[in-house]
Amino acid sequence: MKNYIATISGAAAVAVLLAGCAGGPSRSEAEYRQMALDTIKRDFQTKGQAKYERLTADEVQQACNAHANNPPPELAAKLAGAQLATVKLPADGKYLGDWKEGEKIAQSGRGFTWSDKATDPAGGNCYNCHQVGPNESSFGTVGPSLLGYGKTRGNSPEMQKYTYSKIYNAKAFNLCSEMPRFGHAGALNETQIKHLVALLLDPASPVNK
Amino acid sequence: MNRSIVLATALTVAWSMPVAAQTKDANAEFEKFRAEMEESNPAELFELKGEELWKAKRGPKNISLAESCDLGQGVGKVEGAYVRAPRYFADADAVMDIERRIVWCMTEKQGFKFEDIAKKPFQGANDNNAPDITNLVTYVASGSKNMKFDMPLHDAKVRDAFETGKAMAAYRAGPYDFSCNTCHGADGKRIRMQNLPNLSTPEGALRGVLGWPGYRMTGGVMLTSQWRMNDCFRQQRFPEPKYASQAVTNLIAYMTGNANGQMYKGPGIKR
Ligand code: HEC
Ligand code: HEC
Repeated sequence: MKNYIATISGAAAVAVLLAGCAGGPSRSEAEYRQMALDTIKRDFQTKGQAKYERLTADEVQQACNAHANNPPPELAAKLAGAQLATVKLPADGKYLGDWKEGEKIAQSGRGFTWSDKATDPAGGNCYNCHQVGPNESSFGTVGPSLLGYGKTRGNSPEMQKYTYSKIYNAKAFNLCSEMPRFGHAGALNETQIKHLVALLLDPASPVNK
Repeated sequence: MNRSIVLATALTVAWSMPVAAQTKDANAEFEKFRAEMEESNPAELFELKGEELWKAKRGPKNISLAESCDLGQGVGKVEGAYVRAPRYFADADAVMDIERRIVWCMTEKQGFKFEDIAKKPFQGANDNNAPDITNLVTYVASGSKNMKFDMPLHDAKVRDAFETGKAMAAYRAGPYDFSCNTCHGADGKRIRMQNLPNLSTPEGALRGVLGWPGYRMTGGVMLTSQWRMNDCFRQQRFPEPKYASQAVTNLIAYMTGNANGQMYKGPGIKR
């Protein structure tokens, strides 16, 4: 036991020494996170609709920031559950809108930057991150391809509800997803999300041809 | 004389380039075009203006930067200064990137007002001329052409700036929950057709700092790394980082540190 401890502290001493020589980080990751936060709070200012208050992380963002996007399972489950509870499902129980309108929303990358007018409706930004329809070759790859989404996953009521909820609040299913929470953030309304669900699930949508 | 004719031609070519095309070939086409352009780089025009500004007696104190400004290599010396920054400056007690340092010299040595410089620090799409500070940064950067990035990461204060920048790049907030890493945290990602460098790798970080300051063909404007950081925070749906602030230096330190040891080619051309 003693030996074990001696070895560990020996190794730690070597590590410190090496770090010293190589000019490694002199503080813990948590300290640097705090310094980053202090710097951000000091060095940013409101511009247009991008208000200073946006810098404050909410509880989901905080959990993801504190755990490098990999929070402990119990915490993640608890917070994801709370996010699911924020999803307002359509009162009429219908999920499918018009896929043609959905395509337009998916194309638009507008919204929420300081150069966007706050009164203009935001777009979905979907093509920024996803392949969606087959006729648009300029698509991003931050998210997975959604081409053929409804064809492979089906168009059941459960899939409709899941897809609606995923767009409304992506963090309900994957707490530290890189996908925005479009409904929760007030970027897309019920009608717009229904159009997007149709784009992804309607058998008549080019996505599923 | 000849040189300015070449430059004028280069600028015309740049203007007529079909940059709006967002086809799959656009990236390859652009790379080919950039290679051709680099023979007669339009950034040179801005370097020349910057050199004049560097050597001229200016400001309320009527003194030149050449005789008063120490970029870390000795007063007036520009050679190697760009690739050896961000670095710690004892007189300012701060780690600064080159643009921030030149601003500091302009206010502290020449007597310019910070507010006047910060009012419009970047060239807009409708501006005929780049701001003085952009020309100055371009001139100083040209003094590091074909030198390796050598940010003094062994200096504890620089290391702190680097590590803080790294943590800032991971900080998620705002209406879309974005951080720099949302777009720049993994290999092979794109936003639409635009390739996104993974800033945590030596190759990606190099792409992040290479070619800045750069002549941007969209709009035909000259822009610096400070501008690039500003515009990415816009896309991130964050509020605006204050001009020449520590926050921006930290991010530049993060990228430059990861790019250390690799060759800087001087002011470049950007989409
Ligand atoms: C910033 C990038 C980004 C944007 C913008 C974005 N997404 Fe995503 N999306 C992702 C990522 C990353 C995933 C995979 C991780 C996950 O499931 O959360 C994903 C997953 C999804 C899924 C789940 C796929 C599955 O197999 O279950 C759907 C559906 C989806 N996105 C639809 C959309 C729609 C519709 C839009 C536009 C309103 C959109 N996304 C905008 C990044 C993005
Ligand atoms: C929403 C996505 C997004 C976010 C968030 C984002 N960027 Fe970018 N970034 C881009 C796009 C798009 C480009 C343009 C690429 C091009 O023009 O080819 C870019 C370009 C860059 C470049 C220049 C790359 C080059 O080839 O010259 C750097 C450096 C950079 N970003 C750093 C950052 C930093 C640091 C942050 C965080 C403050 C950040 N970005 C946040 C999307 C983003």
